[in-house]
Amino acid sequence: MSFIAKPVARHPKMPVNALGLTTRDYEGTMSTLCAGCGHDSVTAAIIQALWEMNIEPHRLAKLSGIGCSSKTPTYFAKTAHGFNSVHGRMPSIAAGANAANREVMYVGISGDGDSLSIGLGQFCHAIRRNVNMLYVLENNGVYGLTKGQFSASADIGSVSKGGTPNLQGPIDSVSLALTLGATFVARSFSGDKAQLVPILKAGLLHNGFAFIDVISPCVTFNDHKGSTKSYAHTREHMHEVVETDFVPLRAEIKADYAKGSTTAVTMHDGSVVRLRKVDEKFDPTDRRGVMDYIAECQSRGEIATGLLYLSEAGKDLHGFENTSDRPLVKIPYSELCPGSAALEELQKEWV
Amino acid sequence: MVQPSGCGVNDFALKIATVNGTGSASANSLLLQALFRMGIPVTGKNVFPSNIQGLPTWYEIRVNKDGYRARSPDFQLVVAVNPESYARDIESVTAGGWVVYDNTRELVDEFRRDDVTFIGVPLAKMCIEHVEGSRIRILMKNITYVGALVALLDIDMDVVKGMLEEKFAAKKHLIKSNFEAIARGHDYVKERFACPLPIRVEAMGANKGKVIVTGNSATALGCVYAGATVGAWYPITPATSVMDGFQEYCESFRVDPVTGKNNYAILQAEDELAAAGMVIGANWMGARAFTPTAGPGISLMSEFIGLAYYSEVPGVFIDVQRTGPSTGMPTRTQQGDLMLAAYASHGDTKHILLFPSDPRECFEFAVRAFDLAERFQTPVFLLSDLDIGMNDWVVDKLEWDDTFRPDRGKVLSAEDLAAAKNFYRYLDVDGDHITARSLPGTHPKGAYFTRGSGHDKYGRYTEDSDAYTEVMLRLRQKIDSAAEHVPAPDIRRAEVPTTLGLVSLGGCHWAVLEARDELAERGVHFDYMRVRGFPFGKAVEDFLAAHETVFVIEQNRDEQLKKLITIETSCPKEKLESVTYFGGQPLSKGHVLRGLAPHLEGKLMEVGS
Repeated sequence: MSFIAKPVARHPKMPVNALGLTTRDYEGTMSTLCAGCGHDSVTAAIIQALWEMNIEPHRLAKLSGIGCSSKTPTYFAKTAHGFNSVHGRMPSIAAGANAANREVMYVGISGDGDSLSIGLGQFCHAIRRNVNMLYVLENNGVYGLTKGQFSASADIGSVSKGGTPNLQGPIDSVSLALTLGATFVARSFSGDKAQLVPILKAGLLHNGFAFIDVISPCVTFNDHKGSTKSYAHTREHMHEVVETDFVPLRAEIKADYAKGSTTAVTMHDGSVVRLRKVDEKFDPTDRRGVMDYIAECQSRGEIATGLLYLSEAGKDLHGFENTSDRPLVKIPYSELCPGSAALEELQKEWV
Repeated sequence: MVQPSGCGVNDFALKIATVNGTGSASANSLLLQALFRMGIPVTGKNVFPSNIQGLPTWYEIRVNKDGYRARSPDFQLVVAVNPESYARDIESVTAGGWVVYDNTRELVDEFRRDDVTFIGVPLAKMCIEHVEGSRIRILMKNITYVGALVALLDIDMDVVKGMLEEKFAAKKHLIKSNFEAIARGHDYVKERFACPLPIRVEAMGANKGKVIVTGNSATALGCVYAGATVGAWYPITPATSVMDGFQEYCESFRVDPVTGKNNYAILQAEDELAAAGMVIGANWMGARAFTPTAGPGISLMSEFIGLAYYSEVPGVFIDVQRTGPSTGMPTRTQQGDLMLAAYASHGDTKHILLFPSDPRECFEFAVRAFDLAERFQTPVFLLSDLDIGMNDWVVDKLEWDDTFRPDRGKVLSAEDLAAAKNFYRYLDVDGDHITARSLPGTHPKGAYFTRGSGHDKYGRYTEDSDAYTEVMLRLRQKIDSAAEHVPAPDIRRAEVPTTLGLVSLGGCHWAVLEARDELAERGVHFDYMRVRGFPFGKAVEDFLAAHETVFVIEQNRDEQLKKLITIETSCPKEKLESVTYFGGQPLSKGHVLRGLAPHLEGKLMEVGS
């Protein structure tokens, strides 16, 4: 059986958040992924972000498709509702759920096979629809559960465990998301929790589709020499473009940044995301500039990371649909049914 | 004794052959509505191409004083306005009938027949002489043939005039021009031909308490009345007008007057897969959500339908069936998705199906579909078809009971969860095979993992044989238990005891009724059962058991209803005989009679004997 409950014992002196919960309260069942899997580090970063943000777990909905990455929602927030759906189709479940209940916070976890091959269409349309959710793509360049076939994110020339080089060009999720008009686009690395946690926090509060591609190496099938998605390769070639500081609502802003190097973006709820540019030329609010910058990095074999693009100005699904501020699931039936008199009136036109 | 149909006053069928995209639809519905307002039982069938402009299209009107509503392919009168289809249109008139045609250009001799009467009306010429602008001329040409028919059939001119005044109340100048066009057609024919024809109409009082509506409009309205808040869809013929209707009614009834915001969401998906996912996501959150589609959509949705079945998420799937397989004939009708819908998706699945026979049942069953979906926490299919969905039907006025409250099934509130010792999503605590569900965002104790992968009764992932099997067996019992909750079969006993039974469903009903009456007049009596839901309940079993021979009448090649009966009831296969028609037109009496004929040799009395 792949279901392993975690013991609930905890250290009495573990710090608690504003809800009185420890990080243990944001954990899930025991991971059944391979030891050293990048996905487990992403899970740990999500737990940290949720805990730090004082999110009530039961107001969270975790969704996924199929694959190694899609197993991970069971490994965090055990008192949140989860939906492990079908391969590549999680975005549509999230869109329907979000349309029905806009009060719940949505976290989708996907992988490169799930989002860039079988689910490429749904991924693209969730961006177009700007479904208000955090969408984490755990990107390792291979199909893990079926034992090591290349995925659509594998770079040309990246070598499989058996020694075969990949010949077809990759689909770069970050460039694609930018092209499609995504309002929050980030890339990070499972091995860099310090970078990932603030991006996750900003993504949770973003009003719209917050997309984070996390390079998350597969230790079993894609962590060898010649792979461009290995721990070693990613560490060596990642180039942090912006550093993200997440300043929650009501928190005092203490840090003092050099003028001109920081962009502050106020989130929907009033929290602030400060983006400190490592490279002066980079502007995380200029979509075309970001796309050019990423392309330049790629041509040098570098992987640009950080919260690369952010705009809080776009309409989300509910903005497009002009939906009631009250979640549709909370509207009483008496307000939904027009009743017999209206039916009688309507049918006067049918004679 | 019944008169042979189609021979006189308030008893005939006519066909209007035009070019699609020329505005003939509004002229044709004007005609249908005029007959309706004269209190005459009338049926309209639109036979249209999968095309926007330029191809032949037909509108068929059947007038029948006895109220038979099935399509009649015996046309005593044809209005031939489209030269491209002249040959087959003229061919289709019954001997002794009439052809109204546009004699702006005289008919070539090869189209002439000796056994029908030709009534030439210079439709185009009159419009060119009296109307400016090419588009308006085309529209007025259609209105002009309505005028000719008013004279030929003795339609009440005051009724027509009243309708034009209503229709163009906001554009008064159009009343005059339209009425002049009607008068031109009327006067031309009246002056030159003996009017009215032997086939003509006479005012009756048959339409009191009745309305004209399409099945798709009624279905959409049912979704509104059921309290559906999320509709997800991908455009497809013949289901598109369900969502058009839902949008229209929501704009009327579901916009908050204070905020101007919508108490509904319509999501146009990227494909049917996504539409199904949206329905499941919204229902998972506790909204009533549905998708309208046709067979190709159900094929695409099948993976998600299996997920909803196994993870027990409600959902309403409206399948307005069209002719398959593959793209098939998208604008022709069929009942070809019975097997597909009953067992959609891989692995062991079985679904609840509802079979409406007209728009009134579309409305009622749409509401029931949501109740059943939530009570049984499973996908429910409303199996309509193109004929029911897109054609104008005269039905009893829709009714609504204001005391109705939706059956949300076992949904635990925050208080329920707070008071509960434990919550296990798939644990059957009261033995009715239905387990309580919790909605996300309600209470920390309600959390569980919804998944399409193997799970045990506690909702945990499993690969254990016994734990998996236990849940699967309960699911079977759950769906089987729905048999007594779907609409009961409509059973009609013959006037004399008989061992012969007819079984049918959906829109076949009207042709079966008509054929059955005719056979009774000829001395062969049938009990008749129209199944209205699946799984089949005890009443279905009992009917089958009570008859020696049962004829199953349906609109598909592969005898799908008969097969479902064979699989799902204890009825021996040997006593089932099949009558099928799957050519894409609505079923007519003749299809049924011809299908039954080989089995009735020597039993039928001659008509009139």
